[in-house]
Amino acid sequence: MPTRIRNHKDFWAGLIFLAVGLLAFGLGADYDRGSDGSMGPGYFPAALSVLLALIGVASMLRSLAGPPVRVDGWALRNGCLVLASVVLFAALLRGAGLIVAVLVLTLVSGSAHRRFHAGRYLLLALVMAGFSVLVFVKGLGLPIPAIGPWLGF
Amino acid sequence: MELLAHLSLGFATAFSLDNLLYCFVGVFLGTAIGVLPGLGPITTIAMLLPATFTLPPVTAMIMLSGIYYGAQYGGSTTAILINLPGEASSLVTAIDGHEMARRGQAGKALAVAALGSFFAGSVATVLLAAFAPPLSELALTFGSAEYFSLMVLGLVASVVMARGSLLRALGMIALGLLLGMVGIDVNSGTQRFTFDVPALTDGLNFVVIAMGLFGLAEIIRNLEHEGSRMLVTTRIDGLLPKREDVRRIVAPVLRGTVLGSVLGVLPGGGAALASFVAYSIEKKVSPHAAQFGHGAIEGVAAPESANNAGAQTSFIPMLTLGIPSNSVMALMIGAMIVQGIQPGPGVISEQPELFWGLVASMWIGNLFLVVLNLPLVGMWARLVSVPYHLLYPAILMFSAIGVFSLGNSEFALFMMAGFGLVGYVFLKLDMEPAPLLLALILGPMMEEHLRRALLLSDNDPMVFVQRPISGAMLALALVALVVVLVPALQKKRDEAFAE
Repeated sequence: MPTRIRNHKDFWAGLIFLAVGLLAFGLGADYDRGSDGSMGPGYFPAALSVLLALIGVASMLRSLAGPPVRVDGWALRNGCLVLASVVLFAALLRGAGLIVAVLVLTLVSGSAHRRFHAGRYLLLALVMAGFSVLVFVKGLGLPIPAIGPWLGF
Repeated sequence: MELLAHLSLGFATAFSLDNLLYCFVGVFLGTAIGVLPGLGPITTIAMLLPATFTLPPVTAMIMLSGIYYGAQYGGSTTAILINLPGEASSLVTAIDGHEMARRGQAGKALAVAALGSFFAGSVATVLLAAFAPPLSELALTFGSAEYFSLMVLGLVASVVMARGSLLRALGMIALGLLLGMVGIDVNSGTQRFTFDVPALTDGLNFVVIAMGLFGLAEIIRNLEHEGSRMLVTTRIDGLLPKREDVRRIVAPVLRGTVLGSVLGVLPGGGAALASFVAYSIEKKVSPHAAQFGHGAIEGVAAPESANNAGAQTSFIPMLTLGIPSNSVMALMIGAMIVQGIQPGPGVISEQPELFWGLVASMWIGNLFLVVLNLPLVGMWARLVSVPYHLLYPAILMFSAIGVFSLGNSEFALFMMAGFGLVGYVFLKLDMEPAPLLLALILGPMMEEHLRRALLLSDNDPMVFVQRPISGAMLALALVALVVVLVPALQKKRDEAFAE
């Protein structure tokens, strides 16, 4: 069966549309669709879900014909590191403060690059942390601690 | 005479010290990010949005606009000097511009790009001043039915203009509209798709989504393959074009300006599309067609004029109808909402200072840009050598702090990371995020107008067809959709984009 899929981009895009369409239809099933008098809050989402699912099916059908198209490789490691750096930043910001959060963000995201060098990135991170504390905490007065309560101050 | 009074109000506003300063900051930043590949106006505007909350609305809009059209100037610098377009809208400029640089004519290419942009920008600003007020007056007569049809037309047009698969672009629209439904329904108070998460009751924040889909996803992709950046020349001289060069570029600049002005207004159009079309048309009509690809000066003049004109006129639908024609304008709408201004046809009459001040600032900004980009071009050229591996952690940091400060919430950052993953999947599958973002913004408005129009017409769906303006817009949308779905014409469209 998988050998019959020719356009892999169409197939996966279609599958995503179909899945989200079905999911949204299911989740929105309880919302009031409204009666003859007026449209309820469930009407528009339900119509859109059906439309999205239909587009998904059409895209999947189309993937069986035409010139072969493949999806190129995924940069799993890089992607995870970049996304993880943002998640860690969010988790550390209030507790550990902006300085630690910026250091972690820079080192984790930086390690995704093939030219990563721990010493140089630590220096970059310190410069960025200093700059952001000056601009965002001192200058713009954002309610973010430079050094958070977790560090025992 | 009314126009003169308005313009003097505009210039009085734009010439205040604060506004001049922020206009300069905007175009300066715009040039910088235009030069830096991997950092575009969408990410930059989204990043700086929180910093503008404390500014007066006019000042904020002046600065954010400056970033957008400033990026069109900066993008051409890298395209010409290192064959690496800083922005998508300068992609075609690289073809002949870089060839000119390799032949020792870098100065001439840069000058033509800047002067063409300045001319086009000035003309497009006049068009904006002339056409926006009557258009907004027309729009004031629109009812809900007209608005709904207008949005349908806008979304269809953005699909037609999108590159790549039509079906996928349609899917992205439906997906964007659905994402727009998240939050409390204003009419009934029903919570839709909120999963009992309090942060979702106000709906998905489009800045967060734009940052994830565009900013984060781009970073992950840029890490995959990073082009080498070599300056072809550090010596840039001969900035003043000769008389003969000026004669050669007059027609291409005019054609580029007209084309860019028209395409900029269309939804899904804007600067990038304008430059592509201008280049391919110039290649067909130019008497020097054979030189194209080998350093033809027309191949720089036309697309650079077109992209700047397009950047300027894309403000027209945003300011007159409250409907964004591209992702940057979608962010500008968001900026206005944050400032407490209801986007729509009322903006020009209710906020004359904002509209005319913005128009005047655009002209001043274009003047700043010529000065910034010609004598100081050496400085920008050096900025090119900032290595990406040191740049992207900084982009990430500014994005993260910006998104957090939107509502002081960690949740927004988790959402940004999530949509970064989604955006990377979209990139891999050639699913265009731009139509999704437009639909996300338009979704709630569309539903509201649909419901109101039906309520007023006792639930008669024929109201959309029977009202003449509404019916005409729906017919136009249908024609556009049919035209691009016909296989023969679809092939032509693919060819046009391939060029």
